[in-house]
Amino acid sequence: MELVTRIIRNRLAAFGAVMLLLILIVSLLTPVFGLTDPNVIDTSNRFMLPFGEGHLLGADHLGRDILSRLLWGTRLSLMVGVAAAIIAATAGSLIGILAGYYGGRLDMILMRSIDVLMAFPYILLALAIVAVLGPSLMNALIAVAIVNIPFFARNVRGATLAIAQSDYIAAAKLSGRNTFSLLLFELMPNLISVIVVAFSTTVGWMILETAGLSFLGLGSQPPQSDLGSMLGEGRAALITHPHTSLIPGIMIFAIVMGINLLGDGIRDALDPRLAKGALRRALPITKIDRDLPLPRTEERGLLSVSGLKTDFQIAGKTTKAIRDVSFHIGRGECLALVGESGSGKSVTALSLTGLVASPPAVITGGKILFEGTDLLSLKFEQMREYRGKRIAYVFQDPNSSLHPLHNICDQLIESIKVHDGSMGRRALEAKAVQLLKDVRIASPERVMKSYPHELSGGMRQRIGIAIALANDPELIIADEPTTALDVTVQAQILHILKRLQRERGLALLFISHDMNVVAQISDRIAVMYAGQIVEAGSTKAVLEKPRHPYTKALLDCLPQLGKGQAMPRAINGSPPLLEDLPDGCAFAPRCSFVTPACQKRPIDVNLIGGRSLRCIRMELDDG
Amino acid sequence: MTRYLILRILAAVPVLLGITLVVFVILSLIPGDPAMAILGSYSTPENVAQLNQQLGLDRPLFQRYFIWLGNILQGDFGRSFALNRPVIDEIIERFHATLILSGTAFLICSLLGIMAGVISATRQYSWADKFITFSVLIGISVPSFFLGMMMILYFAVQLRWFPASGMYALYGGGGLSDLLSHLVMPALALAAVATGVIARLSRAAMLEVLRLDFIRTARAKGAPERRVILRHALRHAIVSILPVLGLQAGFVLSGAVYIEIVFQWPGVGRMLVDAILARDIILVQGGVLFVASCYVIFNIIVDAAQLWLDPRVKS
Repeated sequence: MELVTRIIRNRLAAFGAVMLLLILIVSLLTPVFGLTDPNVIDTSNRFMLPFGEGHLLGADHLGRDILSRLLWGTRLSLMVGVAAAIIAATAGSLIGILAGYYGGRLDMILMRSIDVLMAFPYILLALAIVAVLGPSLMNALIAVAIVNIPFFARNVRGATLAIAQSDYIAAAKLSGRNTFSLLLFELMPNLISVIVVAFSTTVGWMILETAGLSFLGLGSQPPQSDLGSMLGEGRAALITHPHTSLIPGIMIFAIVMGINLLGDGIRDALDPRLAKGALRRALPITKIDRDLPLPRTEERGLLSVSGLKTDFQIAGKTTKAIRDVSFHIGRGECLALVGESGSGKSVTALSLTGLVASPPAVITGGKILFEGTDLLSLKFEQMREYRGKRIAYVFQDPNSSLHPLHNICDQLIESIKVHDGSMGRRALEAKAVQLLKDVRIASPERVMKSYPHELSGGMRQRIGIAIALANDPELIIADEPTTALDVTVQAQILHILKRLQRERGLALLFISHDMNVVAQISDRIAVMYAGQIVEAGSTKAVLEKPRHPYTKALLDCLPQLGKGQAMPRAINGSPPLLEDLPDGCAFAPRCSFVTPACQKRPIDVNLIGGRSLRCIRMELDDG
Repeated sequence: MTRYLILRILAAVPVLLGITLVVFVILSLIPGDPAMAILGSYSTPENVAQLNQQLGLDRPLFQRYFIWLGNILQGDFGRSFALNRPVIDEIIERFHATLILSGTAFLICSLLGIMAGVISATRQYSWADKFITFSVLIGISVPSFFLGMMMILYFAVQLRWFPASGMYALYGGGGLSDLLSHLVMPALALAAVATGVIARLSRAAMLEVLRLDFIRTARAKGAPERRVILRHALRHAIVSILPVLGLQAGFVLSGAVYIEIVFQWPGVGRMLVDAILARDIILVQGGVLFVASCYVIFNIIVDAAQLWLDPRVKS
């Protein structure tokens, strides 16, 4: 039912459906309209124009009534096309079921034969068949049906194969059901939808193809005539009396268009990605629509973020992915952003240079000061000067974040080239080799020529880092750079990052869900929960004496070496849904220290002993 | 790469053999005695038997297949009785014309289709996108033969921009510019449907690719949008567009039959229709076999292009 409403809501599809329905009803009712006989020849009316006396749509070269011929012809064309589709569907499905269900040699023989049929451009096969059987509408129907069998056979075979290998068919076989009842009662119901979809996508074609054969004079023979042969006969007088060709041509066009519109509507309605907006094109820079007034930001160090808010707007619903996030990073400093997945770490990181896909993302508030410039006030071309040049990224999954079809050399030199067009190819390549050496790749010349799929995960991530280093940026944002890697490789990557950061005085925003990793690399930690930073302070202090209950709980989750007795404890409950956040503290429902005050109002950030904290309990504690 | 290509070519051999088998079987299904048809009023039982022996028609079917196949492999496709000349000569002459028409149409639909798809995807829901989407809908719904007729009416009869039919002017024609002026309309009419299909697919492929992680990497590098679209997104989308180009080439070749009739283009399609109406079966058989084989070879080329474009296929 939902499908039907979705098709109706799609205006074009509804238009197509109405048009088709109208044509269908008219052609069904043709016999009761009491039209003139379509075959009565009256040469005194030859080529009468439309709206002539007694002939609403005029008359053709033999003075026959075009309206009557059009309606009867439409009826015939539809019938022939649908009949061909039914034959093709039946035969094709049968072949597909046999091949898919029995498999083995039968499958091989049937599918190889289908392959051979598909190797013909479709009309050649149809022509060959008509050549043998002789021109007639029936033979055109048979030819068109045969040509379309492979399409059904392939689709149905695929679906059958999937079902035949499923557990419930295996169970039914074991229970001793006979094959026929299995096919009929278990397989068929599951195949119907596949067959219906294949039918609806080909029936328009088959109407067109039979009309086409008739147009060529190989289908319906006079006096019988369908839309194709009407058009074919009209062609002789195309220049002198175009109405005799225009009228049947427009009718074929209307039928095919109606079927296409409806078919597209059905396909769109069936595609979940369209409903979710997952096929919206992402803009080159995140949409920014900030609430005013902007926060007054005190500049601290290289990057100061204050009051950052990013929403996702999907199908009229707003999800607050980050809510009022503030932090800063000094030159040469490493800040770790820690939290569970979905806490907004990555969105925070990507928001900095407008890389969050939009739609659906919109940055709705805050300020990002980088060396005194508010990055959120930049136009795309200005932002480009920062991306990759002064602020560079290392992404989580080096498997998907490198271009699979460009070699490493091209991917490396691209980072340099887009910011500095003055360097020659040789200089660029030399620099790329140096970058590979910087990330400790042993045989850079070989790797330069490789494609990502030829390299290991650790290798790819080193290249990810090399790409980030290309323009000597001031800030590197590493978004879970080790998560997708093996533990041993993780250590190597961390080591490389740490060393580069020290040697080059890089500022590093390191995003991770892994407290152990964070402890190794960061100077300061900011802990995120449900789109907010709940606690931030120096790494040592936070790890030794966590003050926010969430940080504490997070640390309690970790097994600790040498402290055998303390069992790791999981946090009760699960993270809140961002679409449905409570008014008060988002962690309150899972917190073991919760008080009634926690859930009344939003909790503000407080600075206590060099630590920023979003919790009332701690306020009370130290107050 | 070479190894893969050799395998691919070897895999085409059974398909080609299958095609010859289908074509041969269809031919041998024809009702009636060919010898009787050829001899006409001279068909006494003795004459028929003698001719059958001469033609090898008295042997079992499978033997006849191999003899026929042997002849085909030597370039002997038989003799057309209606035209009274070797089938292969006629086919090669006609195929030349079809190749010019279909090749041009194929180039048009590939270039125009991909371009329209990219514009449509990168300016999603803009006026350009809506215009393209609408044109595509019209393009894929108009039967090519009807479109061709409308083009003749408007551009040849009304505006007199292009000649209405033929491949060369009957008098004084023959140059390249003459050919081109004759080619414009049929090539466009033939390309229309495929252009629509390719544009649609390219739009969807681009939208899908633009969501992938490596696009974000390209943006994070600071690449200009044009570069992101063409060097990163389109380069990846082409890999999924290419197989459809191969498929559409088959549709273009099929559509050429109608277009050749409408524009009186002297190609294989028109030859086949005429041959069917004249019951010149040997000519039909040769034409179908020849064009189908060329299509198989074309698909090998498409696969080779795929291999060249996607280094992942090799491993």
